[in-house]
Amino acid sequence: MKELSYREMGLTDEEYQKASELLGRTPNYLELGMFAVMWSEHCGYKNSRPLLKQFPSQGPQVIQGPGENAGVVDIGDNQALVFKIESHNHPSAIEPYQGAATGVGGIVRDIFTMGARPIAMLNSLRFGPLEESRVKSLFSGVVKGIGDYGNCLGIPTVGGEVYFNAAYRGNPLVNAMCVGLVQKDEIALAVANEAGSPIMLVGARTGRDGIHGATFASEELSESSAEKRPSVQVGDPFMEKLLIEACLELIKEDLAAGMQDLGAAGLTSSIAETAAKKGLGVAVDVLKVPRREQGMTPYEVMLSESQERMLIVPREGKQDRITEIFEKWGLDAAIIGKVTADGLFKVYEGEELQGSVPVAALTESCPVYVREGREPSYYKARQAFCWKALPDECSSETILKLLASPSIASKKWVYSQYDHQVMLNTVVLPGQGDAAVLRIKGYEKGVALVTDCNGRMVYLDPFKGGVMAVCEAARNLACVGARPLALTNCLNFGSPENPHIYWQMQEAIRGMSLAASTLSVPVVSGNVSLYNETETGAIFPTPVVGMAGLIDKLENRMDMAFKNSNEAIVLLGDMRTELGGSEYLALIHGQESGAVPTPDVKQEKALLDLLLDLSSRQLLSSCHDIADGGLAVTLAEMAITAGMGFEVNLPLTGQRRDEVMFSEAPGRVVASLTEANLSHVQELAAVYGIPVHLLGRSGGTRLLFSFGDKELSVDLAQAARSWGESIACHMS
Amino acid sequence: MKFGIVVFPGSNCDADCFHVIQQVMGHEARYIWHKEARLSDCDALILPGGFSYGDYLRTGAIARFSPVMPQVVEFAAQGGLVLGICNGFQILLEAGLLPGAMLRNRSLQFICKPVHLKVKNSVTPFTRKLWDGQVLQVPIAHGEGNYYCDENTLQELKQNQQIVFTYCSPEGEESDAANPNGALANIAGITNQAGNVLGMMPHPERCSESIVGGIDGYLIFASMISWLEEAGR
Repeated sequence: MKELSYREMGLTDEEYQKASELLGRTPNYLELGMFAVMWSEHCGYKNSRPLLKQFPSQGPQVIQGPGENAGVVDIGDNQALVFKIESHNHPSAIEPYQGAATGVGGIVRDIFTMGARPIAMLNSLRFGPLEESRVKSLFSGVVKGIGDYGNCLGIPTVGGEVYFNAAYRGNPLVNAMCVGLVQKDEIALAVANEAGSPIMLVGARTGRDGIHGATFASEELSESSAEKRPSVQVGDPFMEKLLIEACLELIKEDLAAGMQDLGAAGLTSSIAETAAKKGLGVAVDVLKVPRREQGMTPYEVMLSESQERMLIVPREGKQDRITEIFEKWGLDAAIIGKVTADGLFKVYEGEELQGSVPVAALTESCPVYVREGREPSYYKARQAFCWKALPDECSSETILKLLASPSIASKKWVYSQYDHQVMLNTVVLPGQGDAAVLRIKGYEKGVALVTDCNGRMVYLDPFKGGVMAVCEAARNLACVGARPLALTNCLNFGSPENPHIYWQMQEAIRGMSLAASTLSVPVVSGNVSLYNETETGAIFPTPVVGMAGLIDKLENRMDMAFKNSNEAIVLLGDMRTELGGSEYLALIHGQESGAVPTPDVKQEKALLDLLLDLSSRQLLSSCHDIADGGLAVTLAEMAITAGMGFEVNLPLTGQRRDEVMFSEAPGRVVASLTEANLSHVQELAAVYGIPVHLLGRSGGTRLLFSFGDKELSVDLAQAARSWGESIACHMS
Repeated sequence: MKFGIVVFPGSNCDADCFHVIQQVMGHEARYIWHKEARLSDCDALILPGGFSYGDYLRTGAIARFSPVMPQVVEFAAQGGLVLGICNGFQILLEAGLLPGAMLRNRSLQFICKPVHLKVKNSVTPFTRKLWDGQVLQVPIAHGEGNYYCDENTLQELKQNQQIVFTYCSPEGEESDAANPNGALANIAGITNQAGNVLGMMPHPERCSESIVGGIDGYLIFASMISWLEEAGR
């Protein structure tokens, strides 16, 4: 392998200087590599750390906030949920199948490292326009990669989202979220306790794959990125499945003092992180690391990102029992070194010392950059765009077009490739409700999970878009009857070195923080993915929110399908009309512009509380939030999933039809309910200060919109085809 | 009455089957690690779904060489009830306990969705609580469920009433449109000639409680239990 310069490794001149100062000498090649990966954005969060501090992370439900492998929240009965979302964007851009598969593998390891049994996965995906053949191949590769890996593990993939937009052409986003369940007294943390403990490496053998993956993830994609395909790791879900079972056995028997998965920056990062927490040191011998390739240098061993490996620090005297368990599962466990007291990370090759770096130099001393954000010129220009000059294109054809837009259309083509039922907990399946719902066996309660982010809204107004992402996730949970507990986020942005991008980050994080505090949904874990750019520019800023909620009684859960004909259909919230940032403007008028609707977080909170109250009294038959595509699409989806039409009356008082039908203004849901419950719902809504608009009734085989003077009718079967078959048609 | 659930490395529906037998059906269940040699305490065996040994080669192709498999073959030869679900079915084919083989789904994609099954033989120990022609709704989740066998074998399967479940429309029509994976003659499940070994691609354990998707699968486990009870187990 050709030797890289420090610049090729991703270090700046100043960073190189700083590393030399910390060492008191010039770092050798191995040490340089260790600095480069540990100080990459991916591992060190050097550009994002100051911004991330704004996130609220406290709350009575929080057991573990940011800083561990994943966040942990209390769900009562001595149980806790462990969850985190993580990106695998760059690997997926050049090798979609393996990139996505190993993304799943990585996030699953983060969860069981905490001692939790993984119980669900979600994926938030973004691609370029689905009409393009390159996009189709990326999309199908990513979906297959996620499916093959997750299906083999036997963890259900229960939800997520997929958007298609030119902004992600060449730089798709693949964010994977995993959720685990753990007994509170079995939560494991990644800490090396005391000097003298052996360090064990378990699982797959180490190869040359993925060297400098963390560095690669922290730079822009370019024409030459395909050459970095060797930076993409190769996944082995079977090995991961064995690791899950073996590691959970270890935790049940309380055999490990510390456990840490090997992810970005491989051995270097997992060892440094394990040692850093207690100010300890480590000495490892690369010759003891089981390998699958010959002639690997210490540099290659320490930087390899080979998948499906775990680092274990055994409790005193438990090493033999640990080896026994791993043998049962057919896994190799090698002792590769020991914990020391000197605070140094020493790498030996046999007897020979190859490198020695203070652990703190790699971790705590990672540079931090507080950059200047600058408002980009597009911001005011796009805000000022006046759509009132455009014709009102509200028609049945427009409704069908919106339903068939791949970002809105049914994602059945995707989720039918994922096993979403294994483990026998999935109560609200993909496509049935606004969030996935899982039971907790043996209890009345359940958990609800969702991911959300509308990148276009964040692009047009990062602050409002950030608020909206958090609000939409919380609203989706409330629509299935769940109280939001906490969130994890994956902050996908372009290069932070560009002041305009940095401004997007600042504003989006400010918005997300405001919404999270107001809704009392703390941020417990997360991941930052920067440099999502190609030669043609940066992606839409896409801070994906993954949120978990609790349903006290599963019998109160709700889904989106109308239940009986002749039930009342109501809109809870304001009849808003802002069209800015809508899919309608983008798809029908070709305008990704306009003032983003202003979110009212306090009102959103009142709506959530109302929905929880209504669901606990079982007053609603179905519930679905208004988001992409607006009111028209929300109603159509409720009808299509039920196989039952509706008639609604939308009297206009000066507004255009398209404003009422396609506005994506937040803070609103549509619900159906029996006539008998209507007055009760109206009374309760008044208590919470939420307006109720009676729109019409369910029933029939048409989607019928009447506007006083004009009627619009769409055949239900035709709508179902447009919405249901669109993605499959694109892909066949 | 005790059910043994055979666990290969990579099995992933073992806990689901265990849950259904113990918590839903109220009978004893135990896991049988693939290296175990004694099954004599069990009254029925379940080979659960999953990806045994990762199924990198061909589904079930390595699992059939597991130390436990000769015992499973012996158990079946003695007339014991053996139910292979999904990967379990694939392993039974590889082990020669059932005839035929599995091909990749004709879509070349993994498919997870509910399908409809027509009961073709209701006098087996696995279907005695069902009736001929009954339509069940049971989920599938597999990438290789495209059953195949040669023409002679197919004729034998038909003559001996070994075809137990076929894919059908909600109305019971065994059409090509209702065939999710391209399986020969819409075959979703078959028994051996003696009728005591059933392999099926759909997952009955996933529809044995109404909260997670129906109870049609419950009837298959209930059939096994009633047969075992009559046999004095």
